[in-house]
Amino acid sequence: MTTIKSLDDLKKAREEALKKREVKAASGTAQVIVGMGTCGIAAGARETMKAILDTIESESLNGIIVTQTGCIGLCEKEPIVQVVIGSQPKVTYGKVDPEVARRILHEHVVNGKPVTDHVIQM
Amino acid sequence: MTKEKKDSTPIVQPIVEKAIQRYGASQDELIPILNDVNREIGYLPGEALDEISRQLKLPKSQLFSVASFYRMLSTKPRGRHVIQFCENAPCHVAGGREVWQALVDELQLEADETSADGKWSLITTSCLGVCGVGPVMMIDDDLYGNVNPRMIPDILARYH
Amino acid sequence: MKYYRSHVLVCVDPECLKKGAHEIMDALQDELVNQGLNDEVQVLETSRIGDCAHGPEIMVYPEGVHYAHLTPADIPYIVKEHFLKGRVASRFVEEVKKSNDEELSAPTAKEVRVVLRNCGVIDPENIEDYIAEDGYQALGKVLTEYTPEQVIDIVLRSGLRGRGGAGFPTGKKWQFCRASAETPKYIICNADEGDPGAFMNRRVLEGDPHSVLEGMIIGAYAIGCNQGYIYCRAEYPIAVRTLNIAIKQARGMGLLGKNILGSGFDFDIEVRMGAGAFVCGEETALMSSIEGRRGEPRPRPPFPAVKGLFMKPSNINNVETFSNIPQIVLRGPEWYASMGTEKSKGTKTFALAGDVKHTGLIEVPFGLSLREIVYDVGGGIKDDKGFKAIQTGGPMGGCLPKEYLDLPMDYEELGKAGSIMGSGGLVVMDEGTCMVDIARFFMEFIQDESCGKCTPCRVGTKRMLEILERICDGKGQDGDIETLEMLCEQIRQDSLCGLGQGAPNPVVSTLKHFRDEYEAHIYEKRCPAKVCKALIRYEITDGVCTGCTVCARNCPVSAISGERRQTHVIDPDISASAAVFVCRSVTSTPLSLSSFGS
Repeated sequence: MTTIKSLDDLKKAREEALKKREVKAASGTAQVIVGMGTCGIAAGARETMKAILDTIESESLNGIIVTQTGCIGLCEKEPIVQVVIGSQPKVTYGKVDPEVARRILHEHVVNGKPVTDHVIQM
Repeated sequence: MTKEKKDSTPIVQPIVEKAIQRYGASQDELIPILNDVNREIGYLPGEALDEISRQLKLPKSQLFSVASFYRMLSTKPRGRHVIQFCENAPCHVAGGREVWQALVDELQLEADETSADGKWSLITTSCLGVCGVGPVMMIDDDLYGNVNPRMIPDILARYH
Repeated sequence: MKYYRSHVLVCVDPECLKKGAHEIMDALQDELVNQGLNDEVQVLETSRIGDCAHGPEIMVYPEGVHYAHLTPADIPYIVKEHFLKGRVASRFVEEVKKSNDEELSAPTAKEVRVVLRNCGVIDPENIEDYIAEDGYQALGKVLTEYTPEQVIDIVLRSGLRGRGGAGFPTGKKWQFCRASAETPKYIICNADEGDPGAFMNRRVLEGDPHSVLEGMIIGAYAIGCNQGYIYCRAEYPIAVRTLNIAIKQARGMGLLGKNILGSGFDFDIEVRMGAGAFVCGEETALMSSIEGRRGEPRPRPPFPAVKGLFMKPSNINNVETFSNIPQIVLRGPEWYASMGTEKSKGTKTFALAGDVKHTGLIEVPFGLSLREIVYDVGGGIKDDKGFKAIQTGGPMGGCLPKEYLDLPMDYEELGKAGSIMGSGGLVVMDEGTCMVDIARFFMEFIQDESCGKCTPCRVGTKRMLEILERICDGKGQDGDIETLEMLCEQIRQDSLCGLGQGAPNPVVSTLKHFRDEYEAHIYEKRCPAKVCKALIRYEITDGVCTGCTVCARNCPVSAISGERRQTHVIDPDISASAAVFVCRSVTSTPLSLSSFGS
């Protein structure tokens, strides 16, 4: 981790962080972001995360980055999973149990077709 | 009389030592030390309090006064699995009363009781801060949300 | 199963139909076939995309683009742009102003996310994500451009008030601590969010921990201290973990520790966990707990700014208060003060819980009404039942009936109405709630959490709880209400800390607005909401009962008696509820229920 010793360093760190994001977006990499706030976990987000990671591994799916985020605020829709493919707008899914998670991976991430019955309008 | 959670004397000493090493032997580290020991053993046995009192040079009465003040610390043995059920208004209003009744019926325990076989302790807790998915309960470190009475037998069956 | 890469939803509500929605659908189908896209894009009918003032309109997924004011002639262009070239046909785009009935749009048009801006957006365990969102820029500005006094001035001008509940001007608090000469000083973040129904702080701690750290570092610079603590409740283990990771990363990058950003300013933070005591959210009790003692409040003066943690000058602020600071510095105090009401500036997070359709967290400027929060943002009451009351501010807040729905959310307005802002927890109650039961409920919580130090709170709340329990048990007596009122006044006046002083609020407010329910319980032995079990009696309705004797023969406790073909009776001294379940399970004509006395 780079040490930030001055305001200039801080500005450079910000630019680098933004650049990294652009690269991710431009490469068309798929990001799957799982809400892992406590409300998500109470609603089963750990099982959802596990299903996503297991599926990616067992089926050797490439080009997918899985990250986590905090609580979005739609507690009653948890577990929530967001999908960003390249520079396309983010799609947010609600009530994602392990089965829905697998569908999202197969239908949306791999085949580009969103699972509309679970999309939350944002 | 409830069963001890684990054998007491052999393992208390190293656990206490480890906690004191981690935080330091001063009064303001008392609660982190008590938290760690309670977490490891399941409660705070008398021997643990004795040892902490000796090393921190604090009177035992003071230790007991602190240990008995905080809800998450227990001076009495608890079951292998501790069920914490949120009894506050948002969960109550979302159907918590029925879930509590289901727990009481299934476990044949009332609040603050430990089962005779030492498996379960049932306690009520203050708000866990996940009211959006209430009713809520915690078993050990596992958090369950959107709980309804029908889910209770399956959830309990996951623990041995 | 056929997979489509895109879906087009066409609104076919009557208004849109009148304006030509079917023609739009036809034009879409035709153009998609022309372009060979009909196997990839599906067209569906839907309802209520917007409010039909903008119809005919369509919604395209997965992007969620809303095209409005359409004519069939627009369709070929939209199809080419959107589905062939992958570009939004911007001149037809309409912002969605109203959300679909089924969904909670987040953020809604009424929300302004300052504190919650990064929650659900960034990875809280990655400091680079925070930095990409202008993280630590405010700190950089403060350490290179402002003196501590200037920072305090910025906070004063923003009008920021403590978000933990008391609503004391934050800038003033910092000023007091700065003015104390004694060292070392401490800055403390109160993350002991214990109000039932409040989980805003948890969300920030888990979702955007660096915003809190940055706010604390800026505060420490302003006050002139080098050591900070975050006291986080033990019931939030994930928040504790996320905070520790964030602190480690900040230290690793030199944003905490010695000589931050080369400014010569040293500051570090330690996380302390609570151990399960609601009262430790009170600032002097919290400090006591950090010192390794029982969480008992102390009398003030001396105030923490003079004699606080370890009897040194200390400043405590809530998580949300700190989280606002970086944005106030970056965007300016005037920006912050431009939101809200005259005395309550900026935004506030609220947690909606209880009988509301969409539970969750929102952040809105002060001044929004309760009605807007419950109905516009919260979607209204679950199962469309009637609204009965809303409790604001946590367990020491008042319960407000529907007459107060148009009350603007503002510190002073809530105080005048007999409630408090508190931490921002809002518990919505529908018509099936018994307000006496609710008052008893909150009193039970308060009694449990009372630290026991001062008699009015320790004994007074116990006496109040006993009376409320008797009333709910059907044993209320003449004089109970008057005794409750007297106890409320005494406890409020004579308690040492905010917990005791606020303890009577649920009872005071329910007595004020729902006195008739108390009177029904006591004098008529009746629970109007049919909640208090001891006040419910089941009766078999004459005229409906056919005297089939099935229930009597099957009742496990022999509570029912009667002759064949004659109306049966239930013995109220035996468990009556068993009879109800027997009847429902074995006969086709269920018992009709009536509450005792009605």
